[in-house]
Amino acid sequence: MSDDHVDGNALAGDLREIFAVDLTAATGRCAGCGHRGSVAALRVYRNAPGLVARCPECEEVVLRLVRGPDRAWLDLRGTVSLEIPLGS
Amino acid sequence: MAIVSPGFSGRRRSSDVQLPPGQYLAEDFPVLTAGPTPRVPTDRWELTISTEAGHRHVWSWQQLMELPAEKITTDIHCVTKWSKLGTRWKGVSLDVLLEEVETAADFALVQSYGGYTTNLPLEDLLDGQAWIAYRYDGDEITPEHGGPARLLVPHLYFWKSAKWVRGIQLLLEDEPGFWETAGYHDYGDPWREQRYQGD
Amino acid sequence: MARTAVSGRLTWRVASVAENRAITASARSLVLDVPDWPGHLAGQHVDVRLTAEDGYSVQRSYSIASAPDGNRVELAVQRVADGEVSPYLCDVLSPGDQVELRGPVGGWFVWRATDPAPVLLVAGGSGIAPLMAMVRARAEQGSRVPFRLVYSVRTPEDVYFADELRRRAREDAGLDVHLVHTRRVPDGAPEPKRIGVATLNTHGWPPDFTPNCFVCGPTGFVETVADILVALGHDPRRVRTERFG
Repeated sequence: MSDDHVDGNALAGDLREIFAVDLTAATGRCAGCGHRGSVAALRVYRNAPGLVARCPECEEVVLRLVRGPDRAWLDLRGTVSLEIPLGS
Repeated sequence: MAIVSPGFSGRRRSSDVQLPPGQYLAEDFPVLTAGPTPRVPTDRWELTISTEAGHRHVWSWQQLMELPAEKITTDIHCVTKWSKLGTRWKGVSLDVLLEEVETAADFALVQSYGGYTTNLPLEDLLDGQAWIAYRYDGDEITPEHGGPARLLVPHLYFWKSAKWVRGIQLLLEDEPGFWETAGYHDYGDPWREQRYQGD
Repeated sequence: MARTAVSGRLTWRVASVAENRAITASARSLVLDVPDWPGHLAGQHVDVRLTAEDGYSVQRSYSIASAPDGNRVELAVQRVADGEVSPYLCDVLSPGDQVELRGPVGGWFVWRATDPAPVLLVAGGSGIAPLMAMVRARAEQGSRVPFRLVYSVRTPEDVYFADELRRRAREDAGLDVHLVHTRRVPDGAPEPKRIGVATLNTHGWPPDFTPNCFVCGPTGFVETVADILVALGHDPRRVRTERFG
């Protein structure tokens, strides 16, 4: 039961509260193993005090999101960088 | 301001007992996790307490079992707002484990199998406030709930009671752990509702 | 044409229930009226939030099952036996009631009619919801993109939108629908079985057609199907997944 994870699609709403564009279609590189993939394909554990997104290859934490009453904390140190499609 | 959903009450029931502010009573024992569940066989399990001077004190499972243990009945409070009253545990007090440890450190960083960490002042691990627990409700602690052994420090929010505990580093300076670096409070007193940084 | 421009940060808004009707014995179609709904892409979802009088709140995500249609948004909600949210949405929310909503969100698990590649949709149980939005959007936009839907359910009574799928399989040119029953089959049908390599080989597209594949359902189902598609030779970047957990 606790190994239940979903995927990065589940981050869409919370990230969309912070950023003016959808981030699930963004591509990130894992700082742990270098795997490149979309945010939507991350393994997301959400039965927690925050959202934890892990690399589908090496399971290292790529992103963490904590939502407080009037603030959010977004920790992206597990990502080397994010490439975000913006349209033209 | 959120609108109220008439007739919605969720899974909680109301409590006559005084709970810390913002908490609700849980009927079950929710499992919260930030990653895959570590599964550590007791013949591989070790607990290491290391000091600021680099000295390491290590206990195997067998050695842990030989230490005097206590039965603890306590209330636990999760930062996600559920509380569970009268939970029953068995474990070894940190006072016993730290008895032979020489240190001038003021802080502790607790480490778990699987990479989880959490920090708290060393004094909050002493004086009958904390245990390495290895039984819950008369049974072995299941992996989902942090077995084979977890830290139990119930006077703080339960994210400080690190599951799958494998080590405690004693430090001269406070080092925020997994949730503390992501916005949660460094101390975490439920009665002062210290959930987030700055609370 | 779907209005999809959503600028600025998204926040919660209040929707009214227009309809709440049964689609199977344990699932309901919830149609919401959302003022100033900006439209959505097929595949996107919304977050729904319930708040008790004492401030306790929970939220859950639900895929939008409808094609864009003014202020109307349809969700398919499976009643989870000991769930916190679904029993309320299924059994308590009535036409006229209000509920909080945030969306539309999700920009990766979406289908756009501008992409000419053939499409394979694989649904596990309630995972049909976003794929139904894609089937409906395709029809509504008059798209000729070839679609194949493989829909896995336990029993014939568990099929969501059963009548509509039968009708569309007949009337929507270029849409094929194949049901897989895993526990009990309709009379005269072959033995129950789970989706496997043979099913996806027969009822999917050959990899050299470079189809876009969308797989949605419980985590285990999605991972099994995605692995099979990749093993069959589909480009992993063309296999998009949405896990319900």
